[in-house]
Amino acid sequence: MKIIFKIWRQDSPAEEGMLKTYEVDDLTEDMSILEALDHLNELLVLRDEKVIAFEYDCREGICGQCGIFINGRAHGPHDQITTCQLHLRSFNDGDTVVIEPWRAASFPVLKDLIVDRSAFDRIIESGAYISSKTGSAPEANAILIAKEVSDTAMDAAACIGCGACVATCKNSSAALFTSAKINHLNSLPQGESEAHKRVIEMTSQMEAEGFGSCTFTGACEVECPESISIVNIAEMNARIIKAKIFG
Amino acid sequence: MKLDAKIPEGRLEDKWRNYQLKSQLINPANKKKLNIIVVGSGLAGAGAAATLAELGYDVKCFCYQDSARRAHSVAAQGGINAAKNYQHDGDSVYRMFHDTLKGGDFRSREANTYRLAELSSPLIDHFVQQGVPFAREYGGTLVNRSFGGVQVQRTFYARGQTGQQLLLAAYSQLYKMVKAKKVVMYPRSEMLDLVVINGKAKGIIVRDLVSGQLKRFAADAVVLATGGYSRVFRLSTLAIGCNGSALWKAHKKGAFFAAPSFTQIHPTALPQSSEAQSKLTLMSESLRNDGRIWVPQQQDDTRNANAIPDAERDYYLERKYPSFGNLAPRDIASRAAKERIDAGFGVGKLKNAVYLDFQHAIKKFGLDSIKDRYGNLFDMYHKITGIDAYQQPMMISPAAHFSMGGLWVDYELMTTIPGLYAIGECNFSDHGANRLGANSLLQASIDGYFILPNTINNYLATESKAPSYTCDHPEFEQTEREVQSHIKKILAINGSRTVDHFHRALGKIMWQECAMSRNKTGLEKAIEEIKDIKTAFWNDVKVTGASNELNTELEKALRLADFIELAQLMCKDALDREESCGAHFREEFQTHDGEALRKDDEYGYVSAWEYNDGHFKLHKEALEFEFVQPTVRSYK
Repeated sequence: MKIIFKIWRQDSPAEEGMLKTYEVDDLTEDMSILEALDHLNELLVLRDEKVIAFEYDCREGICGQCGIFINGRAHGPHDQITTCQLHLRSFNDGDTVVIEPWRAASFPVLKDLIVDRSAFDRIIESGAYISSKTGSAPEANAILIAKEVSDTAMDAAACIGCGACVATCKNSSAALFTSAKINHLNSLPQGESEAHKRVIEMTSQMEAEGFGSCTFTGACEVECPESISIVNIAEMNARIIKAKIFG
Repeated sequence: MKLDAKIPEGRLEDKWRNYQLKSQLINPANKKKLNIIVVGSGLAGAGAAATLAELGYDVKCFCYQDSARRAHSVAAQGGINAAKNYQHDGDSVYRMFHDTLKGGDFRSREANTYRLAELSSPLIDHFVQQGVPFAREYGGTLVNRSFGGVQVQRTFYARGQTGQQLLLAAYSQLYKMVKAKKVVMYPRSEMLDLVVINGKAKGIIVRDLVSGQLKRFAADAVVLATGGYSRVFRLSTLAIGCNGSALWKAHKKGAFFAAPSFTQIHPTALPQSSEAQSKLTLMSESLRNDGRIWVPQQQDDTRNANAIPDAERDYYLERKYPSFGNLAPRDIASRAAKERIDAGFGVGKLKNAVYLDFQHAIKKFGLDSIKDRYGNLFDMYHKITGIDAYQQPMMISPAAHFSMGGLWVDYELMTTIPGLYAIGECNFSDHGANRLGANSLLQASIDGYFILPNTINNYLATESKAPSYTCDHPEFEQTEREVQSHIKKILAINGSRTVDHFHRALGKIMWQECAMSRNKTGLEKAIEEIKDIKTAFWNDVKVTGASNELNTELEKALRLADFIELAQLMCKDALDREESCGAHFREEFQTHDGEALRKDDEYGYVSAWEYNDGHFKLHKEALEFEFVQPTVRSYK
């Protein structure tokens, strides 16, 4: 199988980048897109060229480290999968595949397809935790949580932090990421005592990082590998109002 | 050197308390003056870093990923065990201890294993308090399910994403302490060597993976929480970046390596489909609660799975192990799959798989109920293979998964280098020769949250009176110079083959000779072949790019150089152990019906290897069973 890759190459944050074309013709359709890039990198090494820097780790859709724009879509042509789960059987022999890094001012490019998503860590740092020390927990079944509540918390908690929501949003908004974490913790009784503080601090940090505002286009939930719904964003907005009134 | 595991006195149930009573404490004002380095930010590393910081220590935590949240604990699917006995099915700390010891085929310490079971219950309390959305009954209490090798229901889970949810809880707690300015987090940073001063671990050399610069960090103690090394097989269930380099560097600096060859081969991963494949995705063992494993009774049966009637299927686990059936322990389930595949009954394009079938469960419990239990696993299977497992059985195959082996540690989790600790998968402590499902998240968490924060003070209390060193010490300079020249040497080879070429070659040998079944001839051959790979690597590898930039190819090369050496030791360890136990199956030592034949009199010890200039010297820590009489493990 042959694919004509057009891949973003950029040596460092300071330098300008450009798309470079690589024709690879000994691929098979059961290769994942990342395995195709591995293969291309081996060819580049043998041609004495620098390898394409791209991100991955678990390669099973859960660590959230991989993430690239493929033919103009975050994580490629399918809805709700990660880049590592995309296989070449989704393309035709001879297709041109354009690969770019996440594009968002808050995710600066470090090299080629690798971006810096540490803004997400700083949003977590601002309040995405329950302030309870190791050793201080009550008996687990002393806190009864209805199945529906736990299931809803889990739906939001499933976020893998890949950043596809930001990359695909025309405003580069991090509202889906931030709201998912807020709703996970704020919907549980354990998270209640810090609920108001958490929503204010995390949304303030989100703004401080330069992410844009949410205008409810819904583009994010289409690309989210964990199918996290934009209902979370509406809920976060309601929580912000509540926090401002009662917090 | 005599290995002293420092097992506390007393009855099994009193040992941990007795230890804590005698352990030295440090007053809060003095803790502030002490620095601890934690390498790795998975469940063990993040849990330890957060808890040590809460106790007042200054902590620096390092990970090679772009964020602490990516560590491979994230990928554990099925669950975490705890002896809560919420199901009222006869569980207890003692039963859990016994299951774990037996599951490990009596090659772990009683005291360690008991402590693991003992601390499991408060750990679930801890995670619930941190906001982990574990599965719940309608009435609001916690749900449990079964896992392999066990006849009670003690596994807690959050859909098929338990590892992710526990890791995110640990990551949150870690960042709470980053905000409190008690932890400094260094992502995209890889430890390349350990600095030992006057025989004690005093710091590390780290490569900043973005700038390529080497950096020195000094501390009063160093904690390794770097996970497993099964990427030595190249194809494994591990993340691509997982590596054994931190362990290997520590080993070369004096830390003994225990039972390096004890590797768990997981029975339910996706089969390999081509040479280019980089990863074997795991399908959670929890699927074996409701899925039935089978192969056709007829060799080379090419019919569609659904077209093969029940009477022509061989549910071989149920046939061979009627009392545990599909929930036989992993080592046994993997070997049974290998036996059927090798005998020509394998299915799939390459005939390297067996079926895991849910038709019976769907009929019995309904589609919705199966979707609720395993929905995300079925989705994942569909994304990777394009097959709908609600309609067709899954195809699964054994894959390298967990390293029971690791740095030798005593009861305090300290290695043979004073001040160097190893926690989580990177140590050898609790699992013996085979780990039970859902005990991995447990061990990582307990080491990090509960044990290390209670044992490290025993060392630091004395150490706080000793002089502390800065990064200007000659030993730091010397170690950094060595790392620098190692990198230079690799870049200078400029040969004709890629890093992956050598990794594929190494992986093939290891999978062939040092995985599910091993024999003397094969292992001896493997050791010679790995020697050749090592020579070829150092003469002919080609790495492009420079050292002072983000260079993923260089990262891979550095990790592989260590894997090659580690592979030699793994084969040597497997060769040396002339018995079969747990996951270590030597073909020469089996019962007439093909089960592992243990030899307690000769091999009832933990092997602990000392590195000496390219040679390995064996030390033995005798395993004394004071409370449980080792029996022949039977799951029939």
